[in-house]
Amino acid sequence: MIYTPEMYESLKRVEATRSARLSETFPRMSAGEKDEVLKQFHPDFISEAFATLQVGPNKGGRTPRELARVLQGRAVIGPDLDLSRTDIETDVLVIGGGGAGSAAALMAQENGAKVVLVTKLRHGDTNTMMAQGGIQGADQPHDSPPIHYLDVMGGGHYTNDPDLVEALVLDAPKVIKWLEGLGCIFDKKPDGTMITIHGGGTSRKRMHSARDYSGAEIMRTLRDEVRNRSDIFVLEFTAAVELILDDQGQCVGAVLLNMETDEYLVARARCTILATGGSGRLHYQGFATTNHYGATADGLVLAYRAGAHLLHIDTMQYHPTGAAFPEQVLGFLVTEKVRGLGAQVCNLDGVQFVNPRETRDVESAAIIRECQERAKGVQTPSGFQGVWLDSPMIDLIHGPGTVQKELPAMVRQFIRFGVDITKDPMLVYPTLHYQNGGIRIDVNGATDIPNLYAAGEVVGGIHGRNRLMGNSLLDITVFGRRAGSAAAIRAREVQQGQPTLQHLADWERQLKEAGLEPEMSAPILLPDYTGKQ
Amino acid sequence: MSEELIPIYVMGKQYMVPPSLTIQRAMEYAGYKLLRGCGCRAGFCGACATVYRIAGDYRLHIGLACATLVQPNMYLTQIPFFPAERKQYNLMELKPTPETLFSIYPEMLRCLQCGTCTKACPQDIDVRAYMAAAMRGDIAAVANKSFDCIMCGLCAARCPAEEVQYNIGILCRRLYGRYIAPTAQHLAQRVQEIEAGKYNQEIARLKAMPKEEIVKAYNSRDIEPD
Repeated sequence: MIYTPEMYESLKRVEATRSARLSETFPRMSAGEKDEVLKQFHPDFISEAFATLQVGPNKGGRTPRELARVLQGRAVIGPDLDLSRTDIETDVLVIGGGGAGSAAALMAQENGAKVVLVTKLRHGDTNTMMAQGGIQGADQPHDSPPIHYLDVMGGGHYTNDPDLVEALVLDAPKVIKWLEGLGCIFDKKPDGTMITIHGGGTSRKRMHSARDYSGAEIMRTLRDEVRNRSDIFVLEFTAAVELILDDQGQCVGAVLLNMETDEYLVARARCTILATGGSGRLHYQGFATTNHYGATADGLVLAYRAGAHLLHIDTMQYHPTGAAFPEQVLGFLVTEKVRGLGAQVCNLDGVQFVNPRETRDVESAAIIRECQERAKGVQTPSGFQGVWLDSPMIDLIHGPGTVQKELPAMVRQFIRFGVDITKDPMLVYPTLHYQNGGIRIDVNGATDIPNLYAAGEVVGGIHGRNRLMGNSLLDITVFGRRAGSAAAIRAREVQQGQPTLQHLADWERQLKEAGLEPEMSAPILLPDYTGKQ
Repeated sequence: MSEELIPIYVMGKQYMVPPSLTIQRAMEYAGYKLLRGCGCRAGFCGACATVYRIAGDYRLHIGLACATLVQPNMYLTQIPFFPAERKQYNLMELKPTPETLFSIYPEMLRCLQCGTCTKACPQDIDVRAYMAAAMRGDIAAVANKSFDCIMCGLCAARCPAEEVQYNIGILCRRLYGRYIAPTAQHLAQRVQEIEAGKYNQEIARLKAMPKEEIVKAYNSRDIEPD
């Protein structure tokens, strides 16, 4: 048995309370209670963990220390890099090979552009591939885009850009239909009706899923389609380390690094799309993360240095249920769908202490409070702690075999290390999951910098200060497509000036004037886990 | 908690590592900064396909480095890439028929049904069974059986008939999703309604609401029951 005696005792208590809890609904918090638990326990409110930016478009703004370090880092290359040779020339350069980048590449190509997609790992080694729950869209009769709009705004604490939210919810059914047409296999009833469930913060059941491989199903389908288009050239293990501007401040391409040969390449494009994803591998406040290996804020760094404004970079999303045990799966995503299917969250004593469907920030803060202030968390052998997510309830509610059928990826993940989630509850604790904010864009994905677009997790404003489950797979598809189309159309009329890296010289000067001695150069491209346990 | 270190061999070279680590973490512990063979680190992307033997045992084992614990005297190597030709096709012009499969991947019919692919799969997929279904032209069965495929390439690496099973899998899944699975009618209808502008006014109204009003509207939402 891999559990400690104390864990085993606690597990027994969870089993003992289970049948009573099946008919118990823990009340949702009032607005005031939510505010209080967030301010006292959510990581966003730990002021020592944040720094004030000294340079750049967000000067004076707050951001986690780890992100401030990279945003205010030195450039990787010097301003004197030779730009006279062009190694790659195209209409639209897409930086990032995830869902947003792939959707952008497809729509750019469909709008007549030649596309080069560069990615620092493989095409598909991304957060998109790992997303488990689903994609939101108001396509059911008793639902509507305005209801979806309200859910998004409230979940984001009303700080969202209304135009972006409008685009998100109105495009949602269209992009889900697009994905269906590309061959994505969504969970459906025999007559074709989409099977949709709740996520945290939703007022209607509008999460569409593909078993628990929703992100993977979308990612591999988009990737496969990109590979069918001869006008899209994919270059893997090639990272963007700097944007190239021209003498009019337009983006005219990027300096790329071949990660395997350490060779720099000059890529010129009429329009450039940043789709570089999130930043979980910066491990804010030392949290474990659900993110893939390359989530290191590269696109934020590139855009910031070139003068783009970032929104809401003082808030990060912690997924309330990251795996806390066994150690090999620490930080792994335990999808919100588990709660959507009826699993409850219990403490050391097998008692519920929070409604399982609060929004992610509230749910996370409540779990942290339960472990810290109330000391009702369960300790693991490696010194971590968590609370129980009672997955065996799901088979009791929906019938035997439901967990295996609906959550095959998760069953597999845990069984590899000796935990059978169909029989035993999972230990969970908040894990760093999503970058709520990012580069400011308009409804077509255009950033502050002419001919530079952005889409996906790297973008800010859509979700305000807190994203709802299922709206990320949605936003990458909606805004990936919009940015791709817009970039291709814009590319037809672009007139470029002389390419220059002058903005790097400006950056060095700004750093000096602010008295900053950067600790590192950025983007960091990959985290360093060598030699540690 | 201190653990007694165990020996593993990365491409033949010995390193002493804690036994509680996955292969991926053990390689990093040993000093490797991974570039190839590391993606999502959680079993979804297929980047970290690994083959290994345990000293003294002839049997060949496979696994994902991110999801497989090290064992004493494990001799391992990663296979981050295996050459595999993928045919280009226009899904929109294909028919969901056996002939489509045979014409795009004619080499599929070389399958011996030996089952080596099933043994090589880290996702417990019965690859042999979906190849059998493919040879029968049963696209729906291929889609269903291959659904958990992360396209890690181990099946293709081991196949004596030089197949690339996962290419056939994804072609069938997309054919199934587009042509065989029933279309969601309510979805098509909603898209039409949106394009006709049915919701524009209501959203404009919400956008124009002062904050107190939208807060009130949000807090008084009725929540659809399960």
